[in-house]
Amino acid sequence: MSRKPYVRPVARTTWWLSKGRYVRYMAREVSSLLIAIYLMVLIIGLMRLSQGPAAWQEYMESLASPVAVLFHLIAFGFTTYHATCWFNVTPKAMRIPSGDDFVPGRLIILAHYAIWGVVSLIILVIAGVL
Amino acid sequence: MSLRQIELEVLRYDPEQDDEPRFQKYSVPCQEEWVVLDALNYVKDNLDGSLSYRWSCHMAVCGSCGMMIDGEPTLSCKAFLRDYGSKIRVEPLANFPIERDLVVVLDDFMSKLKRVKPYLIPKQHKPIADGEYRQTPRQLKLYKQYTLCINCTLCYAACPQFALIPDFIGPAALALAHRYNLDSRDGGRAERQEEVASHEGIWECSFVGACSEVCPKSVDPAGAIQQMKIASTVDWYLERLMPWRNK
Repeated sequence: MSRKPYVRPVARTTWWLSKGRYVRYMAREVSSLLIAIYLMVLIIGLMRLSQGPAAWQEYMESLASPVAVLFHLIAFGFTTYHATCWFNVTPKAMRIPSGDDFVPGRLIILAHYAIWGVVSLIILVIAGVL
Repeated sequence: MSLRQIELEVLRYDPEQDDEPRFQKYSVPCQEEWVVLDALNYVKDNLDGSLSYRWSCHMAVCGSCGMMIDGEPTLSCKAFLRDYGSKIRVEPLANFPIERDLVVVLDDFMSKLKRVKPYLIPKQHKPIADGEYRQTPRQLKLYKQYTLCINCTLCYAACPQFALIPDFIGPAALALAHRYNLDSRDGGRAERQEEVASHEGIWECSFVGACSEVCPKSVDPAGAIQQMKIASTVDWYLERLMPWRNK
C-alpha cells in the first residue's frame, strides 16, 4: 500500500486572522512599527533643534497639529500595549532561582511596572510637568 | 447518567479514494462525563469502523490523541463534551500532513527530535562502580518542568512559525534540548547548539507563545526557547569580548 499524505494549504497572508491569540500577537509586532515611527519623530526633533530656534519652533507647531496629536495618541496606545505584553511574558524568559524554587513570576512583572512608574515620574519631573 | 446527542463533524481522508479531505457528520448519543475521544470511540465501535485516529492511554499521558477540536489543538482525552456545544468539529492536528482521517504524519517531528540529541551526554565517562550521579532539589527544579513533555505535538499545531517555515525545529524538540542543557549531569550543550542555534532553531521563533498556551502539561516551550535565545546571545558576546575563554 503506497502512502499519499495530504498537505493542507497554509493561508500565508491571512493566518493571523483565524484566532484571537494570533491577532494579539500581530498587534504586538505592529506596535514596534509605531514605536519606530515615533522614534523618527524624536530624531527629527533633535535635528530641528540643532538648526536653531526658528526650526525648533516650527517643529513644535507641527507637533500641535491634529494629525500629529492623533498619531501620538495611537502611538501611545500601541506603545503601552507593546510594553505590557513584554512585561507580562518576562518571567518566561527570566527565571530567577530562589532557594529550591524560583522567584514568583508575578513579582518579576510587578517589578517591571514599578520601574516603569518610577522612570516615568522622574521624566515628568525633569520635563517640569510635575 | 444523562445522554446528550452530539453532532461530530470529522475531517475524513482516505488516501486510496480521496484527492482531498472531506467532512463527515456523525450523530452520537453521548454521556455527560464523556470526552471527545469517547465519542470517537463510539463512532468507531457503532457507526463507522473505518474511522482512523490515534489513541492509547485515555489519561493525558501518552500524547497520541491530539486533534484540532473546534479549531484548537487539544488532547481528545482531555476535551470534555460538557465544555463544548452540541456540534463539535474534529480535524487532524494542523501543520502536519494527513496520513488518513485524524492520523497525521509525524516523521518530520521524529527526525527533528533526534537532531537535538534529547538524552544525557555526560561531561565525562563515569564507571558504574563510582556510584550514582547526585542532584540537589534545586538542580532538579531547574529542568523538571521540561521533562513533562509527552510529545503530543499540540505545540506544533498551534505554532504559526512552524506553519509558515516547516524547517523550524519547533517548540517541543527545542524545549527538550533545553531540558538536557539544564541538567547538571549533562555536558552536551555545545553539541546541541549546532542545531538549537542554527537558522532552523530558536531564532525562527518570534515568541507568539501559542505553544505554551495549548500545552496540556504546562511545559512552557515558549519560555524554554526564550531562555535559550538569551543563553546563545550571552555566548555570542562572550566569544567576542573575552576571546581567551574560547581556548
